[in-house]
Amino acid sequence: MTQNKTGKLIVFIIAAIGLLALPILLQATGSNSWARIVDIALLYVLLALGLNIVVGYAGLLDLGYIAFFAVGAYMYGLLASPHLAENFAAIQAMFPNGLHVNIWLVMIAAAFVAGIVGMILGAPTLKLRGDYLAIITLGFGEIIRIFLLNLDRPVNITNGPKGISQIDPLTVFGFNMGQRHTLSIGDWSYTFQPVTLYYYLFLFFVILAVILSYRLQDSRIGRAWMAIREDEIAAKAMGLNTRNLKLLAFGMGATFGGMSGVLFASFQRFVSPESFSLMESVMVVAMVVLGGIGHIPGVILGALVLAGLPEVLRHVAHPLVELTGGRLGPEILRQLLIALAMVVVMLIRPKGLWPAPEHGKSLAK
Amino acid sequence: MDVLLQQIINGLVLGSMYALVALGYTMVYGIIGLINFAHGDVLMVGALTSWTIISMMMEASVGLPGWLILLLATIIAMVVCAALNFTIEKLAYRPLRNSPRLAPLITAIGMSLLLQTFAMIIWEPNPKAYPSMLSREPIEVGGAVISVTQIVILAVTAMTLAGLMYLVNKTNLGRAMRATAENPRVAALMGIKPDVVISATFIIGAMLAAIAGVMWASNYGTVQHAMGFMPGLKAFVAAVMGGIGNLAGAVVGGIALGLIESLGAGYLGQLTGGVLGSQYVDIFAFIVLALVLTLRPSGLLGERVADRA
Amino acid sequence: MSETILKVANVSKRFGGLQALSDVGITIERGQVYGLIGPNGAGKTTFFNVLTGLYTPDSGSFELAGKPYTPTAVHEVAKAGIARTFQNIRLFPEMTALENVMVGRHVRTRSGLIGAVLRTGSFKQEEAEIKARAMELLEYVGIAKFADYKSRTLSYGDQRRLEIARALATDPKLIALDEPAAGMNATEKVQLRELIDQIRKDNRTILLIEHDVKLVMGLCDRVTVLDYGKQLSSGTPAEVQKDPKVIEAYLGTGGH
Repeated sequence: MTQNKTGKLIVFIIAAIGLLALPILLQATGSNSWARIVDIALLYVLLALGLNIVVGYAGLLDLGYIAFFAVGAYMYGLLASPHLAENFAAIQAMFPNGLHVNIWLVMIAAAFVAGIVGMILGAPTLKLRGDYLAIITLGFGEIIRIFLLNLDRPVNITNGPKGISQIDPLTVFGFNMGQRHTLSIGDWSYTFQPVTLYYYLFLFFVILAVILSYRLQDSRIGRAWMAIREDEIAAKAMGLNTRNLKLLAFGMGATFGGMSGVLFASFQRFVSPESFSLMESVMVVAMVVLGGIGHIPGVILGALVLAGLPEVLRHVAHPLVELTGGRLGPEILRQLLIALAMVVVMLIRPKGLWPAPEHGKSLAK
Repeated sequence: MDVLLQQIINGLVLGSMYALVALGYTMVYGIIGLINFAHGDVLMVGALTSWTIISMMMEASVGLPGWLILLLATIIAMVVCAALNFTIEKLAYRPLRNSPRLAPLITAIGMSLLLQTFAMIIWEPNPKAYPSMLSREPIEVGGAVISVTQIVILAVTAMTLAGLMYLVNKTNLGRAMRATAENPRVAALMGIKPDVVISATFIIGAMLAAIAGVMWASNYGTVQHAMGFMPGLKAFVAAVMGGIGNLAGAVVGGIALGLIESLGAGYLGQLTGGVLGSQYVDIFAFIVLALVLTLRPSGLLGERVADRA
Repeated sequence: MSETILKVANVSKRFGGLQALSDVGITIERGQVYGLIGPNGAGKTTFFNVLTGLYTPDSGSFELAGKPYTPTAVHEVAKAGIARTFQNIRLFPEMTALENVMVGRHVRTRSGLIGAVLRTGSFKQEEAEIKARAMELLEYVGIAKFADYKSRTLSYGDQRRLEIARALATDPKLIALDEPAAGMNATEKVQLRELIDQIRKDNRTILLIEHDVKLVMGLCDRVTVLDYGKQLSSGTPAEVQKDPKVIEAYLGTGGH
C-alpha cells in the first residue's frame, strides 16, 4: 500500500517539476512559437474541462460552447481596448485615458454574464432530447458569431470582421505580463518572455479548474448530474430536480467558458469572430469525447492531443506539402487529423482514449 | 408587388432544394434516430462531382446539348453520392448502432468534416464557377423574373417527389422502409432485414441530395467544399419543423423555410429600420428551430419516430 | 398502532378511447405489504404511474400519511415520501452500486455547489453520512461486497436488490415495487421474498405489483385485483382467492 503511495508521490513530483520547467526549456529554443502553442493548448484544456461539466457530467450535448468563450473574450476586448473610446464620443469623454478596466473585475463580470447567458439559453432548451439540444446549441453559437460579425453597423459595437485589437495585456499586482521581466539573483539573471509568464498563469488556472472538477465530481451535485446523464427518468423518480440541475451544469460550464475567454483576449491581445466558429465548438466537444467523457485526465489528454498535435504536424509537414504539390498544407492536415480522429476513435474506442477505469468487470458466475 | 412575387419565387426554389435534402435527413432519423451531420456535405459532393463531369465533357467538346450534359452529370453525381453514403453508413455508422448515444453523433460530425477536408484536397479550396447549362433567358412572370434553371428546379423537384411517393407507397421496398421506420423489431420479425432497409434509406437520401446539389450549383453559379454544411443544417431544421420522420413534413418544412428565408432576407432591412440587414438571414433557420421546439416540438405535421421501446 | 400510510380513492384515467382505470381505490396501513395484481393490461402499471406522478389522473384523491398528496411533478414524489422501482430496472449503469444508493440520499440532503467547491465542514459531514448510510443499505440488501462495482456489471438479481436499496435510501413512507420478481428464478424469488419480509419487519410499508400469484399470496397482507381498469376485489389473499368474481376473471380462465 505505502509502496503505491510513494510511487504516486514520485510521479507527481516529477510531473510537477516537468510542468514548471517546461516553458524554460521552450524558451531556450530561441523562438516563442512552441511556448505559444503550449499556452493555447492550456486554454483549450480549460475549455475542455468546462465543457466536461456539461457534456461529461450531466450528459448535455452542447455544440455551441464556444459562444461563452466569445462572450468573455469580447467583454474584455471591449472594456480594455481603445475600440469603444474611438467609436463613441460619450465613452471617450467619460474615460479620457481610454478604457482599461481591470482584468480581474472583467473576469468576475464575464463569469456572471456568461453564466446568465447560459441559463437563459438553457431554460427553454434543456428539456429537449439530446440531438435537438445539440442542434439548438449549435444554432445559438452561430447566432452569436453572426452578431459579432455584423454588429459594426449601424452602430459599431464589435468592429465586425476586423475584430478588436490593442487589447490590454494582463496585469497582476502591477506586474505587466505583456512585457519581459528579468529575475536577477546575484550574478545570475534570467529573462522571462511574456509567453512564459502567461504559461504559468494559465497553468495556475488549469490546476484550479482540475481541483474544481474533482470536487464537483465527488459531491452530491456531481453524483446528481451523473445520475441525470445515466437515466433521467430514474433520477427524477429519486427526487432529483433535473431541470434545475441541468441548468446549473449548463451555467457552470458557461462560466468556465466566459472566464477562459477573458484570459484568451488578454493573451492574444486581439479578438475576431473567426476565432469563435462552429469548428471551435466542435473541436472542444471532440476533445471531451475523444479524451474520455467525464474522466478528467482523459479530457486533459484529449485537449492536449487535439490542440497540440496539429501544430506539431505543422512543423513536420513540409515534405508532405511538397509531395502533394501544395494541396496538403498544414491547415488542411490539421483539419484532416481532427476529422479522422473523430471518426476512427469512435469506432475503435467509443468511450474515448482514456476513459474512467472499470471497477469490477463482469463478475464470474 | 413585384418584390413580393420575386421573393416568393426565390423562396419556392430555395425551398425545393431544402425539401430534397430534408427528406434525406428525415428518412434516416426516422429509421435509426441519427442526425446525419454529414448529409449536407453529400449535397456538396454531388455538386462538385457534377462540376467535374461537366468540365470534362465541355473540354472534350462532346458536342451534346447543354441539358443533356447536365442530365448525365446529375446521374453520375447521384451514383457517386449513393455509393459514398452507402459506404459511410456501412463503415462508420453501422458499428455504432448500439453505442452510447453521443458516439454516433460525434462520428457524424467527424464524417462531415472529413468529407469537407477531402473535397478541399481533391478539388482545392477556391470556389469555382458552375457553368450555366441551360438557357439564360429570364422569363417574365407577372412583374417578377424566373430563369429556366429555376423552372427546371421546381419541375424536377415535383417529379422527384412523385417518384419518391410512388416508391414509398407502392413498392415492396417502400413498405419495408415504412415498417422499419415504425417498429424495427417487429419488421425484422416479419423477415425484413433492417440493414438492407437502412442502406436503401441512405442511398435514396444521397441521390436526393445529389440532385439538390446540382440544383444549388446551377442556381447560385458557384461550388466549393464548404457549400453543403449550412444548407444541410437548415434542411435539418426544415425536417424538424415539418415533423421529424414525416416525409410530407420534410417537404412542407423545406418549402416553408425557403419562403421564410427569402421573404425574411428581402424584408428584414425594412422591418428593422435598417438595423438588421439581410446578412442576418442565416439565423432565421435557428430562430425558427427554437420556436418550433419550444411551441410545437413534434413539428407541423407530427413526428414519426421508430418505437424502439 | 396501525396508521394509514396511503389512502387512494376514486382514481380514474382514460387514454383516448381506453378507460385504463375506473374508480380504483386502496388503503394501505403502515407495515403492510400490499399487492396489486391482475392480468396484463388490467391497469396496474397505469395506477403506479398515476401514483408516482408520471400520469395525471382524470379524477382521484390521494392521502399520504394523513396529508393530502397531489403528485404533479415526478421529482416531487420521492420528496413527499414514495419511492419506486421499475419493471425494467433503471439503475445508473456507469455508476458504482454505492454511488447509485448515494444518489438515493439526494432528496434528503442539502449540500450544494458552494459546499462542494469549498469543501466546507458541513459538506464533508454530510458526505460521510451519505456514504455511511449507503453502505448500510447495501449490507441490508446483501450486496455490500459489490459496493465499488459499476452497477451494470451486477447480476440481474443483485441489480434488483440494488434498486430496492436505492429506493430505501430516500427514506420513503411507502416503497412501491413494480414487478420486482420479473425475470427471477426460484432461488432469487425466495431471496426477494425474504428481503421484502425484512423490510416489512422494519416497519416499512410496501406496495407491489406482481404477476407471480404464488409470491403475492404468500407475501402480501392485503391484495387488490384489477381487471380492465376496474377493481374486482380487495381483501386478504385468502379472501380474494375465494372471491368468485376473481376466480372467473383471472385465476379461473387460464391463470398462471
